[in-house]
Amino acid sequence: MDTAALLIIEVLNGIASLALACAGLAIIFGMMRVINFAHGEFMMLGAYTTVVCTKTLGINIWISMLIISPIVVGIIGIIVERAFIRFFYGRMIDTLIATWGLSLLLIGIVTAIFGNIIEGVSAPMGSFEVGVYNVAQYRMVLIGIVILLFIGIFLVLTRTKLGLIARGTMQNPAQASVLGISTQRVYMVTFAVGAGLTGLAGGLLAPISQVIPTAGAAYVAQTFITVITGGTGAVTGTLVASGVFGTVRQLLSYEFTPVLGGVGLLIVAVVMLRLLPQGITGKIFRRSL
Amino acid sequence: MTTLGIDLRRWETWGTILVVAVMVVLLFAGPHIFDLFTLFKVTLFVAMSILALSMGFIWGYGGILCFGQSAFYGLGAYTYAIAVGNIGESTAPFLLAIVVPAAFAALLGYFMFYGRLSDVYLAVVTLAVTLILYNFMRSTAGEEYAIGAQRLMGFNGISSIQPINWPGDGNALLFPDDIFHLSMGCLILCYIGLKVLNRSHFGRVAVAIRENELRAELLGYDVRLHKLQTFTIGGAMAGLAGCLGVNFNSFVNPDVFALNFAAEIIMWTLIGGLGTLVGPMIGCIGLLMLKFEIGQQQITNTYLIFGGIIMVFVLAVPAGLLPTARQLAERFVPALRGDESGDVPREAAR
Repeated sequence: MDTAALLIIEVLNGIASLALACAGLAIIFGMMRVINFAHGEFMMLGAYTTVVCTKTLGINIWISMLIISPIVVGIIGIIVERAFIRFFYGRMIDTLIATWGLSLLLIGIVTAIFGNIIEGVSAPMGSFEVGVYNVAQYRMVLIGIVILLFIGIFLVLTRTKLGLIARGTMQNPAQASVLGISTQRVYMVTFAVGAGLTGLAGGLLAPISQVIPTAGAAYVAQTFITVITGGTGAVTGTLVASGVFGTVRQLLSYEFTPVLGGVGLLIVAVVMLRLLPQGITGKIFRRSL
Repeated sequence: MTTLGIDLRRWETWGTILVVAVMVVLLFAGPHIFDLFTLFKVTLFVAMSILALSMGFIWGYGGILCFGQSAFYGLGAYTYAIAVGNIGESTAPFLLAIVVPAAFAALLGYFMFYGRLSDVYLAVVTLAVTLILYNFMRSTAGEEYAIGAQRLMGFNGISSIQPINWPGDGNALLFPDDIFHLSMGCLILCYIGLKVLNRSHFGRVAVAIRENELRAELLGYDVRLHKLQTFTIGGAMAGLAGCLGVNFNSFVNPDVFALNFAAEIIMWTLIGGLGTLVGPMIGCIGLLMLKFEIGQQQITNTYLIFGGIIMVFVLAVPAGLLPTARQLAERFVPALRGDESGDVPREAAR
């Protein structure tokens, strides 16, 4: 019984952290169709921001994670978009290569500043007991934050004028600009929001993962596969795909090893893409967002 | 026009002849002009050039963006290492190192092409497969992971792999000179083979599919089968490269399946020029030399330099070195103009 409860928490936690890691990519790649290979490095930057703020500057960890990390990475996102990414819109393969170069550069810069050593912050709050097991309260809070985050993204995209403009511009940039919308600015803001969400993910995951300059590489493949399997409805698709993949990964990790969990995730993804080449939302939740 | 279309009036024909001539000269002169250390390095460059050729072929001519070409390289390397560890005589392992990756490419290709995956999806599936191999190989350190007498050794990698020997005699191991000759010979054969293939009916259909899949299909070509064949040829060549690459330092570890290596191959192709065969080789050799140079001095880290170079390249020379050089040459030397057939410019290759 205790084991079952623990397993459920583990699975929920796996889903939540995968969905969290994918949120920014769902915007940048899922909506804008910009293949951002530096996604993992944006997360890494968010994690470093949190580490520096809490450890060196002594700022409250919640403020560092929830406010400073997204803002810092969002600003980096704006700089990168204006100086670099905007030249590549519509050229998918070039974007892939360009952002891969960017990811290496970011790893290089962070290594030069902090060195190639493992940093980390301890998770806030204590733990509670599930039968004979101890579960960190932070992991439960994380699940809650992810739920709120996705509700927030969904509401902004569907219920606000900003979301409407963003969606319209992604769907038909020419039409949007005829209607008097500065598409350049919409792209910039959307990219910045995506980057900010990625920074938030990096900050929130910092206490439960290792913070090293090359930490991003671990996320790139998983997040891209999740968003692609999600399909055209970026937000819903990512959530559903995270649900499937998170469950598979956690259960396999529990039963066997974390390595097999990661392998299982990728195999399930390949099979799913064979069955649903348009992604989950290409077939099932067609009208979703 | 003959089937191969060899036309001595076209300067591209002379380009091909020049490339082959340079490689043949290197084949014979190599061991005399390089010292032993350089010879080892050049042998690795040659093996990697075969890998670059395979990528240049399937992506530049077949239009298949495979993000996991390194998987076939790695499979070739591991197949050779495991087989030679069991058999001890290298003829069969050498052939297996080509056949196994080719068979794997055929199987994977069947899933992808008959499932009509394309573009980004194909890239991500191939990347995923590469990472599966990476994760799997890294977790095989335990003693229970062994194929025959050869343990897989996990992230430590398999070391002191027996080099290639003369066919039939397991004790007559090849010297570094001979391995260089073998690698260079393979490269020349692959290059000429691909040139001929691209000029043949098969190669023309491959380019037609790259240009417009639907149109090729409506003309009656089986696009799926054709892509599968292209992909399998690429897999076989990458496997060969892997086998030769193992002979460079008798060592292979799971890093051959890592994301960095996979992306590096794409970079060679893009920097050298997509839609050409020499371009990827130039890109490959150039970047590898740069990597060696940076690795030797401790001032900056590789990530910083590599990242910067890639970013500048994509912004400044998006077409790649060779096509850009060709454009410049055609602009300033009018005699070279008016030659539309043959290698297709990169804009069309997308």
